[in-house]
Amino acid sequence: MLYRECGNYKDTYAKDMAIFPIPFDRWGLGVMLVLAFLVIPFTTSDYWLSSIMIPFYCFSLAALGLNFLTGYAGQVSLGHAAFMAVGAYASLILYSRFHVPLLLSILGGGIVSSAVGPVFGIPSLRIKGFYLAVSTLAAQFIIEWILTHWKWVSGGVFGTIDAPDLYVFGWILDTPAKKYYLVLCILVLLVVFGKNLVRGQLGRNWMAIRDMDVAAEVIGVSLFRNKLIAFAVSSFYAGVAGAMVTMAYYGAANIEEFNLVLSFHLLGAIIIGGMGTVLGSFFGAGFMILMPIFINQALLVFLERVPSDLRANSEAIVFGGLIVFFLIVEPYGMARLWHTIKDKMRLWPFPY
Amino acid sequence: MNQKTEPLLRVEDIHISFGGLKALNGVSLEVYPGEIMAIIGPNGAGKTTMLNIINGVYTPDQGRIFFEGTERPLKMKPHNVAAMGISRTFQNLALFKGMDTWCNIMVGRTQKMHSNFFSQGVYWGTSQKEEIEHREAVEWIIDFLEIENIRKQPVGMLPYGLQKRVELGRALASEPKLLLLDEPMAGMNLEEKEDIARFILDTNEEIGYTIALIEHDMGVVMDICDRIAVLDFGNKIAEGTPEEIKSNPKVIKAYLGEAEQA
Repeated sequence: MLYRECGNYKDTYAKDMAIFPIPFDRWGLGVMLVLAFLVIPFTTSDYWLSSIMIPFYCFSLAALGLNFLTGYAGQVSLGHAAFMAVGAYASLILYSRFHVPLLLSILGGGIVSSAVGPVFGIPSLRIKGFYLAVSTLAAQFIIEWILTHWKWVSGGVFGTIDAPDLYVFGWILDTPAKKYYLVLCILVLLVVFGKNLVRGQLGRNWMAIRDMDVAAEVIGVSLFRNKLIAFAVSSFYAGVAGAMVTMAYYGAANIEEFNLVLSFHLLGAIIIGGMGTVLGSFFGAGFMILMPIFINQALLVFLERVPSDLRANSEAIVFGGLIVFFLIVEPYGMARLWHTIKDKMRLWPFPY
Repeated sequence: MNQKTEPLLRVEDIHISFGGLKALNGVSLEVYPGEIMAIIGPNGAGKTTMLNIINGVYTPDQGRIFFEGTERPLKMKPHNVAAMGISRTFQNLALFKGMDTWCNIMVGRTQKMHSNFFSQGVYWGTSQKEEIEHREAVEWIIDFLEIENIRKQPVGMLPYGLQKRVELGRALASEPKLLLLDEPMAGMNLEEKEDIARFILDTNEEIGYTIALIEHDMGVVMDICDRIAVLDFGNKIAEGTPEEIKSNPKVIKAYLGEAEQA
């Protein structure tokens, strides 16, 4: 009985409706937080922090944003990289040209992005599924085009602005560890906020729209309001993720980084991780970022004498194969797999 | 039933056509407060279309709709109709399959929950209080419908009869003034039908909701309804108490066909 649910009496609705009603889960989360805040920064190298953990957190946040929209509210988006780009440019411009404090610029990047998102969400009021996917694809192309060609924003056709040094309350963030903490704190705050949204009435309304939109409307859920809020929240998260990835990881806003491929990667991440779960966004982003690195390292061991271009291709092949494998094993994503494991653990080692 | 009281819902001379098909051709109906009213008729008679018009899913080509004595515009968003106090279940199950039973019922209370976006995200103060308050109301419905044991199960996994019951619960959750039930007993076995009939009667008598329902099972309709309206090919061919309907020659003709002339 590693995972205990019994003997845990909920005598108020507040306890029953807590995020983690089961003590084991609360401890588990505590351990993860201790790992993230106290163990990882002090035990891993700068390379790990700046090239693996920071992008992992940033893309988890972006995937979480997309998950609100696609996994919870059921509206497919192929333009999320573009919303990240909007957040990235907006926050950098606020920070470097208008000298807004860093945290406020990141927030501002999210807000600008959340103003742009619903504009491209308007088609969702009339179309859904594949048709909506195509119209959000338009968001990707339009935003990319505007950012490259609007000189005031991007400074020319290269579409690149460098990020200056980062200061928070006059304190410079110059080491990977400091940037890591910045990203982690924002991530934790936004994840808690998002989790509260999706377990509350807004999240239930979104899921109702996803599962049966006509019934949802007849029951009293305003499609217009809830869909546009979904687009706004989702692109806010994407915008903040874009801002953080630019400031703390790339060090420059470059439109090339926010191309269609990234949109597809985010969608892939939530499909593999698990649609409609917060946890799935992390699994998915982790899979997308960590797995290629592990495969690469593993292949290095086995295929030492193979030319490097061939190795790069075999990395893609193995990665693709793993995606297919995971989806066949668990079509509902890794988050569901995790639930199945918890179910098994409930009775382990005496399954009677 | 006292016919002199003001009807809760009155639809007048409703016309709607889909392409060339006239689905409803000048139908008028009244539903009086406190009654159980049935709309019956052969397949394709326009019964579900009528409910969809009342809900605002369809906009009729012509006609007038009065609710609680005041006229409402013909074109109205369904969620605004829900806000007026009309709730509904569907012919083919329309539950939110990815959610638990209690969440499904909780969605029914959406018009009653007002805590703002940021308070929901922080889940502190008003938002938490509101959640708990409404959870209590939902638990009352779960208790009323005797579905305590499936409270936390995803509704997609439930047997059909229970799903229908959860759907009824979701409609009850909005505390409607008028409850529309579209074939609440379709595809059920006898026992399940009896259960649902009991819940419908309880809803009407204990909580006091006004109910309009569509049903094909004549036995149930005759037993539990106060008044019946019969539709056939988009026209209302009869209206009255169960006894009147049973002996109405037009109804018999619509259901059984005309007696052959020798």
